[in-house]
Amino acid sequence: MIHSLFLINNAGDIFLEKHWKSVISRSVCDYFFEAQDKAGEPDNVSPVIRTPHHYLINIYREKIFFVSVIQTEVPPLFVIEFLHRVAEMFQDYFGECSEVAIKDNVVIVYELLEEMLDNGFPLATESNILKELIKPPTILRSMVNTITGSSNVGETLPTGQLSTIPWRRAGVKYTNNEAYFDVVEEIDAILDKSGTTVFAEIQGVIDACVKLSGMPDLTLSFMNPRLLDDVSFHPCVRFKRWESERVLSFIPPDGNFRLMSYHVNAQNLVAIPVYVRQNINFFETGSSGRVDITVGPKQTMGKTVENVIVTIHMPKVVLSANLTATQGTYTYDPVTKILVWDIGKLNQQKLPNLKGSLSLQSGAPKPEENPSLNIDLKIQQLAISGLKVNRLDMYVEKYKPFKGVKYVTKAGKFQKNWELACHEGLLRLTDLVWSSFTLMKNIPFLF
Amino acid sequence: MTAMQKLLQLPVNAVNIVKTVQGVAQGQEEARSPVLTPDSGQQNWYSAVQPEELRHLRTASTTGGGGGEGGGEWGEDRGTLEEGLSSAQTQPLRHDDLKEMLDSNKDSLKLEAMKRIVAMIARGKNASDLFPAVVKNVACKNIEVKKLVYVYLVRYAEEQQDLALLSISTFQRGLKDPNQLIRASALRVLSSIRVTIIVPIMMLAIKEAASDMSPYVRKTAAHAIPKLYSLDPEQKDQLIEVIEKLLADKTTLVAGSVVMAFEEVCPERIDLIHKNYRKLCNLLIDVEEWGQVVIINMLTRYARTQFLNPNINESLLEEGGEKAFYGSDDDDDDDDDDDDEEKKAEAAALAKRKPYVMDPDHRLLLRNTKPLLQSRNAAVVMAVAQLYFHLAPKAEVGVIAKALVRLMRSHSEVQYVVLQNVATMTIKRRGMFEPYLKSFYIRSTDPTQIKILKLEVLTNLANETNISTILREFQTYIKSMDKDFVAATIQAIGRCATNIGEVRDTCLNGLVQLLSNRDELVVAESVVVIKKLLQMQPEQHSDIIKHMAKLTDNIQVPMARASILWLIGEYCEHVPKIAPDVLRKMAKTFTNEEDIVKLQIINLAAKLYLTNSKQTKLLTQYVLNLAKYDQNYDIRDRARFIRQLIVPTDKSGALSKYAKKLFLALKPAPVLESPFKDRDHFQLGSLSHLLNAKAGGYQELPDWPESAPDPSVRNVEVIRLLERVTTLTSVPEWTKCTSRKERKEKKVEKPFYSDSEGESGPTESADSESDSGSGSQSGSEESGSGSESEESEEESESEEEEEEEEDEEEERAKKKKKVDKSKPKKPESAESDQSSGEEQKRIRKGGKDRRSGTESESEDESESESSESESESEEESESDTDIKKKKKTAASKPPPKQTKKESKKETKEMSLLDLDDFEPTPSPQVTPVNSFLSNSLVTDLEGLSLTDTVLAPTTIAPSSSVRLYELLHRITGEGLAVEYCFSRQPFSPDPHMVAVQIQFTNNTTSEAKSLHIEEPKLQSGMRIKEFPEIEVLPAGESVNVVMGIDFCDSTQAANFQLCTHIRKFFVSIQPPVGELMTPAFLTENEFKKEQGQLMGMNEISEKLTLGEKCQSEHVIVERVTSTANLSRVPCGSDKESRFAGKTVSSGSLVLVTVTRKDGAGALLTVNCEKMVIGTMLVKDILQALTQ
Repeated sequence: MIHSLFLINNAGDIFLEKHWKSVISRSVCDYFFEAQDKAGEPDNVSPVIRTPHHYLINIYREKIFFVSVIQTEVPPLFVIEFLHRVAEMFQDYFGECSEVAIKDNVVIVYELLEEMLDNGFPLATESNILKELIKPPTILRSMVNTITGSSNVGETLPTGQLSTIPWRRAGVKYTNNEAYFDVVEEIDAILDKSGTTVFAEIQGVIDACVKLSGMPDLTLSFMNPRLLDDVSFHPCVRFKRWESERVLSFIPPDGNFRLMSYHVNAQNLVAIPVYVRQNINFFETGSSGRVDITVGPKQTMGKTVENVIVTIHMPKVVLSANLTATQGTYTYDPVTKILVWDIGKLNQQKLPNLKGSLSLQSGAPKPEENPSLNIDLKIQQLAISGLKVNRLDMYVEKYKPFKGVKYVTKAGKFQKNWELACHEGLLRLTDLVWSSFTLMKNIPFLF
Repeated sequence: MTAMQKLLQLPVNAVNIVKTVQGVAQGQEEARSPVLTPDSGQQNWYSAVQPEELRHLRTASTTGGGGGEGGGEWGEDRGTLEEGLSSAQTQPLRHDDLKEMLDSNKDSLKLEAMKRIVAMIARGKNASDLFPAVVKNVACKNIEVKKLVYVYLVRYAEEQQDLALLSISTFQRGLKDPNQLIRASALRVLSSIRVTIIVPIMMLAIKEAASDMSPYVRKTAAHAIPKLYSLDPEQKDQLIEVIEKLLADKTTLVAGSVVMAFEEVCPERIDLIHKNYRKLCNLLIDVEEWGQVVIINMLTRYARTQFLNPNINESLLEEGGEKAFYGSDDDDDDDDDDDDEEKKAEAAALAKRKPYVMDPDHRLLLRNTKPLLQSRNAAVVMAVAQLYFHLAPKAEVGVIAKALVRLMRSHSEVQYVVLQNVATMTIKRRGMFEPYLKSFYIRSTDPTQIKILKLEVLTNLANETNISTILREFQTYIKSMDKDFVAATIQAIGRCATNIGEVRDTCLNGLVQLLSNRDELVVAESVVVIKKLLQMQPEQHSDIIKHMAKLTDNIQVPMARASILWLIGEYCEHVPKIAPDVLRKMAKTFTNEEDIVKLQIINLAAKLYLTNSKQTKLLTQYVLNLAKYDQNYDIRDRARFIRQLIVPTDKSGALSKYAKKLFLALKPAPVLESPFKDRDHFQLGSLSHLLNAKAGGYQELPDWPESAPDPSVRNVEVIRLLERVTTLTSVPEWTKCTSRKERKEKKVEKPFYSDSEGESGPTESADSESDSGSGSQSGSEESGSGSESEESEEESESEEEEEEEEDEEEERAKKKKKVDKSKPKKPESAESDQSSGEEQKRIRKGGKDRRSGTESESEDESESESSESESESEEESESDTDIKKKKKTAASKPPPKQTKKESKKETKEMSLLDLDDFEPTPSPQVTPVNSFLSNSLVTDLEGLSLTDTVLAPTTIAPSSSVRLYELLHRITGEGLAVEYCFSRQPFSPDPHMVAVQIQFTNNTTSEAKSLHIEEPKLQSGMRIKEFPEIEVLPAGESVNVVMGIDFCDSTQAANFQLCTHIRKFFVSIQPPVGELMTPAFLTENEFKKEQGQLMGMNEISEKLTLGEKCQSEHVIVERVTSTANLSRVPCGSDKESRFAGKTVSSGSLVLVTVTRKDGAGALLTVNCEKMVIGTMLVKDILQALTQ
């Protein structure tokens, strides 16, 4: 299966290597560099690269290439999924998956990799189990460690691997027993020329933070489970129970985990929170162009739109921009050709507007394509799909836990479709974040 | 210590240095370790880094780039570090420092040293010279140190084999440790040390560990097997023994690892799987994710060798051209064979010879993998998807589409792989992904490789229905900044144009427009594609060729120029004036052209010479002369060859006569094919499939066998034991009935999931087993006067065995699964109920058979019986098929047949209408609601359920139950009469809509034009799918169309305007509640289960007195099914009739039970989540029954 792993940063330095079978020279990465050169952007590097004797399967995450070396047939998704799991584990352990974090914790990284794969086959990939084997670094512990000279490796032998529930460590104890669930939703939509929705869907996840002692058996039910069109679960969820009763029944892992992801097909329901009137013209003569963009709220149900950021990918011939914004600030990066306009809060009375001229490379033909627009925004307290958690019950354990649900509704990835013969740019709203934030900490008990 | 040093032959001076430094260090040890930077508080891993690297790092950070966020902190460290280094000494001594730390007796020092060494290994620095110093610490008591030493050992043991041997004894000791974790880790490291000399030790250790008490150790043993195999393939036979042993292991922990070992060591030994097959299937859901992937892939291969192709009958029918009409459900095929014998006697005969019955084990695999489509792990989902693609009956493959579309929202690498596979699937099974077309739309932020793959999928999905949408989408893509993508889009348009004749002209026009695009790449690509398209029908497009001829002045891209020249040459008759002129221009620039263009110029010249030698003779000679002295030998050769061929000289060969034939032969149009065509001979999801080339170690996916190998190989030897159980618990016949009832009650009372059930489980299952066994046995005895008795007895016995084993398995599995426990058991018991109920029916029928005395029928019956016994233990839905078969036999009696034919005709008419009137052609698999049944099957079943219940031949044809409602009266409509009915067909463009068939009749003397719908005024949530506009309705004629309305499960009317070219009429359609549902096919136990969940508020019961005419069962059934679009659910008791359906919009279940009491009394119960619907339905049915 997985033979070796190389971590490569953006500059092309191999800063970590790990071999699970015999050692493979790092010169094998030259094939990767070759492919990288050819692809140009990191996104375009083919995930599977064929070399005379090996296959390189790689992922690109957090500006790091995880390049694994394969010698024989293996499902590519198997490797890709595993590599992402590795990246997530780094994130989980060090708070970020970056070159610096990996270099600073190289011993832990090495131990993790050692535990996660045996002879190239995944061994322990559950964070609960790994954390028992290898303690994650904390500030306190690193201080204690420097004084006492001990390391992060667990003193006692772990038992988790042997419990019947492979994702939960044994002997969990908390003084405050709490369980929090975050329902996070995101909208994905394509708008056509007139701004009507061609395609819209809501994607959501339920992230859980469960800190309960012992072996609690939880049941989470929804008010309106029929909303959910397609679901995928953490392995702890009993699928048959869901099939027959539409409730989530599970023994949770300890700590943070993603309980489920779901998909709501909501062609008609999705309301687009803002509208954008954009007018970007390029003139045939004089190598210049004009920009005029107005953003206004729409269907926000009385809520304020916040943190609005407009990002425009300009064509390559645009050299500089000379604009004035009635609200917020703008920056133009001539290298990446990205114009960012940070608006802030949307004002209903006075719509923010960005206007001015662009100067183009002289002599170059006028760009044909319309620049794309990305918009980030956030609206407080606005729910999207209407999914509601009904109740959470706990069995097996006797104590009374503290339970809470938080609905964070993000809306992401809007795309206004390209248009024919129209100088309007395309509108793409990314990561619109609406959040209705009802943390039930102070409310006695709702479920 | 000195002894050890001697042993390890450390250099003397090193030892001395170690000593001195040790002396110095001793004092500080307590506080902190004596690293080279005594003053720096923090000891980072790069303390171990060599000086030149540090300099490198430093320059990087000072130049302002690479150092990153940690720069500040690092710089400080580095400064002090470097000072220390430069002032101190050179490199070897630094390692001595590490050695010294390793030799110290302080664990903290050792640990520090090991950490630094591991950091070196991680950076890829050579630390092999530390081997002697490290290997000593393998026996260190400190677990942390030990772990790191293991890491080091595994890395360097291969290079220093002799020294590595020193550590072996430690591991051997570890293998005997009472702590299972130590045993496991010892085995893990021992097997990871790639030293050939220890192979026998490893072998022994693995064997021992394979029979260890702890499953964790056994898992480690499974992991060690491939390691040893790669080290020494000679050990294969012994290892296979171990694998065989571990395969029999019953814990989920081991399953994944051992199958992985199996795949690496002996994938060809498929026979080892037989005995473990059912166990693996049952354990699958509890195995960890990675194991699931490996097991599913292996089982796919296994199933391909052991089971029959489930689509075999279908492919026969396909050949007969009946594909669209006949559902792909295999059982259905069997049905149809009987009905339409005259029509397709041959196909039927073929199908009949080999009636396909799915092996229960095959079904088991499909059923147990399906939930895994919901896994969070993309690899698992993909594995299940490929399993379904390769193994499932065509009608069931659709379930994977949704899950695969879900994966498309994952990381881009995942998307890349999934799209590759989807592309392959869409070629074979387009219908599967059609509903998800929009998910493949391209976003500007997608990486180019993803865009191109999505384009591929969109092209594959294109058909007559959606092509306009897709082309519109393509049009927008051409505007993209990404030129590679634009080029790919143009090619995709070309492919759509070749595949779909209707849009060829549109595409061509579009591409011609692109010829005036400013971007040369776009133009060039278009030229190439247009060339291919024109080749298909050149006559009609001489103006396009002319247009392209003009382009030669501007286009510089060689490929495009070459394409244009070829086109002009090929079709020079169509452009007789322009062609010579082009040649003239080309002759002028000949020397400056690219090679491919030159070749085409020569071609053009030759062709023109042959057709129009008067004008072009000189030009041709000029070009040939130029070519004669070209630098490229290909061009020189071509010129020479052509000159000989076309220019008549005295010694010109025989060939020149044929020059015209050679050059102006009709060339076949190129086929624009998907690069993903025929890729599915590779197992999907595999690396080989992705690369379209066999990767090392790839196991071919075998073809289906001609005839199934013996399925009994999968039986596990528990038969003897079971026989005993059967004899012990078999119940005398006369008590059988009551005991069954009791059991039924017991079951119903039980909450479905309860922990207490676990304990009572086993006994109960034993009970039901024996019961079902005796039930079927006795049943066949009763009917035994026929010839089948012996055979069936045998069969039912073997079936018992199978069932028993099943239960054995389940019991084992139960230990793992707490919740799922009751599930597999339940169907079984219910089935046994059912089977015995059916047995009684069969007796009745048997009598009749004897009367009619046709042999074929009894044969048929025994067949169906065998299929039944097989399916019994397996699949609920399959018991459905049994019933169908029952119905079939019943239906084959003359009178019902007639009615059936009638219904058949009706359905045919309907579906033809569907086809004609809807541009979205209904493809059999699109409707997700009942994707397992095709349209025609639904109606077939309806018809059958009627005929079935009526044993007397007095049925009303189901067509009569379709009531016509008036939408527009002839008078108010000024001569236009409109009626509608609910056709009860699934509405294929949108399964959540109710299909309404509308009949327009023009009673006037003039024709009505452009009939269409306008301004629907709908309640919120309601939707309408209008029928396509009727352009002309001649006087006196009538026409039928179908429209879809989503009533949102309410009986609110849908209001809209019906428009003709002159008038508008306000009309409304109000559905009776019974039309808001579609039939749902449940088995008895499913019905009960669902009913159990719809109690309380959701249950409405009403007592009634049956009308005079509806005392008998069949009238009740007929009345209920005509009131509401429900299907009948099999029922053991003849006092009860059950019906089930789902509401069209939301899919809520609707369950109806009519229980007859003494006399005319009866009890009607409706269970439905939607209370309003329930109440209304009760009212309607009540009315129907009391009339």
